[in-house]
Amino acid sequence: MTRQAIDPNQKPVAYPGDPEVTLDIAATLGVTDEEYTRIQDILGRMPTWTELGIFSVMWSEHASYKNSILELKKLPRSGGRLLVGAGEENAGLVDIGDNLAVAFKVESHNHPSAVEPYQGAATGVGGILRDVFTMGARPIALLDSLRFGPPEDERVRFLVDGVVRGIADYGNCMGIPTVGGEIYFEESYRGNPLVNAMAVGIMEPGKMMSAAAKGVGNPVIYIGSRTGRDGIHGATFASVELSEESQSRKSNVQVGDPFMEKLLLEATLALADTGAVVGIQDMGAAGLTCSSSEMAAKTGMGIVLDLNKVPKREQGMTPYETLLSESQERMLLVAEKGREQEIFDVAEHWELQAVEIGYVTDDGRMKVMQDGLLVADIPANDLALGGGAPVYERDVEEPEYLKSVKTMPEFEEPTDLKEAALSLLARPNIASKKHVFRQYDSMVRGNTKVLPGRGDAAVVRIPGTNKALGMATDCNGRFTYLNPRQGAAMAVAEAARNVACTGAEPLGVTNCLNFGNPYKPQMYWTFREAVAGMGEACRALNTPVTGGNVSFYNESPTGAVFPTPVIGIVGLAEEIEKTVGMGATREGDAVFLIGADATSWAGSEWQVMQHGQPYGELPPFNLDLEVRLQQLIITAIRAGYVQAAHDLAEGGLVTAAAEMCIADPLNPQGMQLEFEEISSLDLFGEGPSRVLIIVEPAHVDDLEELARKNDVPAEWIGTTGGKGLGFRTLFSLSFEEMSKAYYHGLSEALGIE
Amino acid sequence: MKWGVLVFPGTNRDYDAYDVFARILGHDTRYIWHRERDLDGLDAIMLPGGFSYGDYLRCGAIARFSPVMEELIRFANSGRTVFGVCNGFQVLTESGLLPGTLLRNRSLRFINEDWPLRVERTDTRFTHLCSEGQVMTVPIAHNEGNYFLGGDDLKRLEDRNGVLFRYCSPQGEVNDASNPNGSVNNIAGVINEAGNVLGMMPHPENRTDPLIGGTDGLVLFESMVAELSQA
Repeated sequence: MTRQAIDPNQKPVAYPGDPEVTLDIAATLGVTDEEYTRIQDILGRMPTWTELGIFSVMWSEHASYKNSILELKKLPRSGGRLLVGAGEENAGLVDIGDNLAVAFKVESHNHPSAVEPYQGAATGVGGILRDVFTMGARPIALLDSLRFGPPEDERVRFLVDGVVRGIADYGNCMGIPTVGGEIYFEESYRGNPLVNAMAVGIMEPGKMMSAAAKGVGNPVIYIGSRTGRDGIHGATFASVELSEESQSRKSNVQVGDPFMEKLLLEATLALADTGAVVGIQDMGAAGLTCSSSEMAAKTGMGIVLDLNKVPKREQGMTPYETLLSESQERMLLVAEKGREQEIFDVAEHWELQAVEIGYVTDDGRMKVMQDGLLVADIPANDLALGGGAPVYERDVEEPEYLKSVKTMPEFEEPTDLKEAALSLLARPNIASKKHVFRQYDSMVRGNTKVLPGRGDAAVVRIPGTNKALGMATDCNGRFTYLNPRQGAAMAVAEAARNVACTGAEPLGVTNCLNFGNPYKPQMYWTFREAVAGMGEACRALNTPVTGGNVSFYNESPTGAVFPTPVIGIVGLAEEIEKTVGMGATREGDAVFLIGADATSWAGSEWQVMQHGQPYGELPPFNLDLEVRLQQLIITAIRAGYVQAAHDLAEGGLVTAAAEMCIADPLNPQGMQLEFEEISSLDLFGEGPSRVLIIVEPAHVDDLEELARKNDVPAEWIGTTGGKGLGFRTLFSLSFEEMSKAYYHGLSEALGIE
Repeated sequence: MKWGVLVFPGTNRDYDAYDVFARILGHDTRYIWHRERDLDGLDAIMLPGGFSYGDYLRCGAIARFSPVMEELIRFANSGRTVFGVCNGFQVLTESGLLPGTLLRNRSLRFINEDWPLRVERTDTRFTHLCSEGQVMTVPIAHNEGNYFLGGDDLKRLEDRNGVLFRYCSPQGEVNDASNPNGSVNNIAGVINEAGNVLGMMPHPENRTDPLIGGTDGLVLFESMVAELSQA
């Protein structure tokens, strides 16, 4: 590439046809008065239209974390087996031995999915996959945490259908198994669904590629899809509340091409093998702008871009449009000078376009040229998170609603226990999600041992080893609504417990914090409390936060979503043979209920069924007991005498027991629970730190001994076998009754069957 | 014995196939990139699943124009073993090595689920170690698995016993309730007249490891190995 010399004294100019820059026009891009003044201070002059565009996306909430970073810094972000901590690279990296490391991260694509569910969800999957493989990790699994309004709402059905198809088409085409996640239906998500995607990848830590620009004169190379006008201002769009007008903003939503991404994935991993890559960053939110300025800011270097060289799919794109485009499936990399050909050869093999579009400088400035004009000249560091991007401390105020929801209105406790059990099993939040996950390829690559719906977490073999990873996402939004701090701590604990119930030891968590508008002090209070609760649980469980994403402005004209800090978690099992699912597999095993004994109706499925929304005070949550409980489960499973383990969650004891009976619908296994009498609260109430575990009869003493040693209550409650789930003379459920409710509840609620 | 795993841009179950040949069976195996033309020295070639060229057009419709396809057809016509699964099956029908076409599932949704198959013939190089009427459960994972072949052509296929696998119930009953995708006559896999080219939608390669869902699919690979070692 011929490199045009730029006179250091040259001042950037407006590109022909660009609008005049004023305070008013800045406001339409989401730039505040204060930020507008700050931009002029940084530049020592008025910004050009191109520069204003760059600042507006880089300082948007989505890219800058300006309203969350002070709170996020309070989370434990180091320790354990962490190799790369939160915020250092595209995803966190955790050591798993054998010269391997696991990279994982969860990210939201809520607003695009609310407007254009298919493409919104698809590109959410594409984006999180790029975060993982940009580092040089091969993605081995995907999970999706989804939340929608009530399933009988026609618009909600449209969103569910589109989101699920979008996830399916993208992940299936990429050939990366979608192995887990969650789906919840709740009034608060009616106007603003949550679509959070998580990817998990494996790599040799020595081959990690960094998102950093180094080496003066090194070429900057663009690889992947051409740039179009799609997704311009996606990052800014994600940083305002949804409104009636949002539905007309479909041009803010990107369009995905999973085939191109598959080629990009293989090419990127091949590039990692060449050793010719100095730095690499995917073009996600804020596209070319974010990838180039972040790589420069990270090392204090500068970067020059010639936009005429950028491959485009549309004619006449202005610098503003090219820089802000969020066209998908694109990467920007810095190569070692003289080794460009190795990059081009890899691209050619995978039939991808690769073009040199710029070079690295040492002046710390991001300079952008088009048609021989200098259109932007900004200190890169002032654009980036951790550099000059604004950081705000927000006002907090305890929300009014918390006072009114503490008192639970009177309601009828279940009297017909059998009917209550079956109606709970058919509830869309409890019923099997088979209708959804059978649309995802969960088996490709041949490493998925515990499939969706068969365990508390998915278990995926680490290729080339005898080890496996347990992985899950979790958050009970009702609990965080009733008590943001304790609810968030319980979400971390439940996610970790899910992984522990497979025999894997939790390594670290990633989080996707879905909240409302941060400028509302009552909302911000819930955010701050939830982050504090997460931090407490992460410290206790020794699971540092490896990274994640904050999604604010999840509000629609009908209000804000429940505070929803989704926790993604990955755990390690040293021997895959010893991992377990949740299904009872044979007759005559002992069933134990272990852990805490407190349950409550607060925020339980039964209570919400009665009132339409959560009420009450959460039951006590003892983090010390939780830690001991998880240690006990992992130890017992690794000892080899546990047949299955299952966390008690929505719907309480009866739901959990029923799920263990019919987890494998073709091979159900009965369970007889020996309760002389039991309250409906103990049957259907919900509370943390409770697990059902199935143990070989010869090892009952071992489990009891282990429980004593760990100081965890463990109660023998029955035996596997028989035709269905029996509670002595109280009531019993046949396989057919359970299966009909559990396996058809969701599709019936969605009007599909 | 040397196996080849054919890779088009967008193929994604190549790793799964390679893993069976190399790790489970311990055989010499190599990937064949779609621009290669040299298939010498290979005993058998598998066309794995995936989305060749994204399958934005009809599945397999672009892949059949890849440089390697001319050689593959020659390879098949020489009587050597060709085995296409899922997208590989679609490529084989598009290229005319096997009859029929794969339409969208009648539910219009992608389906991934373990599904029982009835083995219709045990006198082929792919199934000679199976027992008569054996039911094997292996996963399906497709959006376009609805096998279609019209009137006379279908009759010809059935008359020459070209159907090797049919979708069935766990007890082996072949009926509409045991048909996951609307395939005509519950057809899940077909073999050419010469008996050396097999195409099927389900994934036996994903059921070859006792740790990962069982070994129901392994018998197909073992049959091929036994046949080839005799030859």
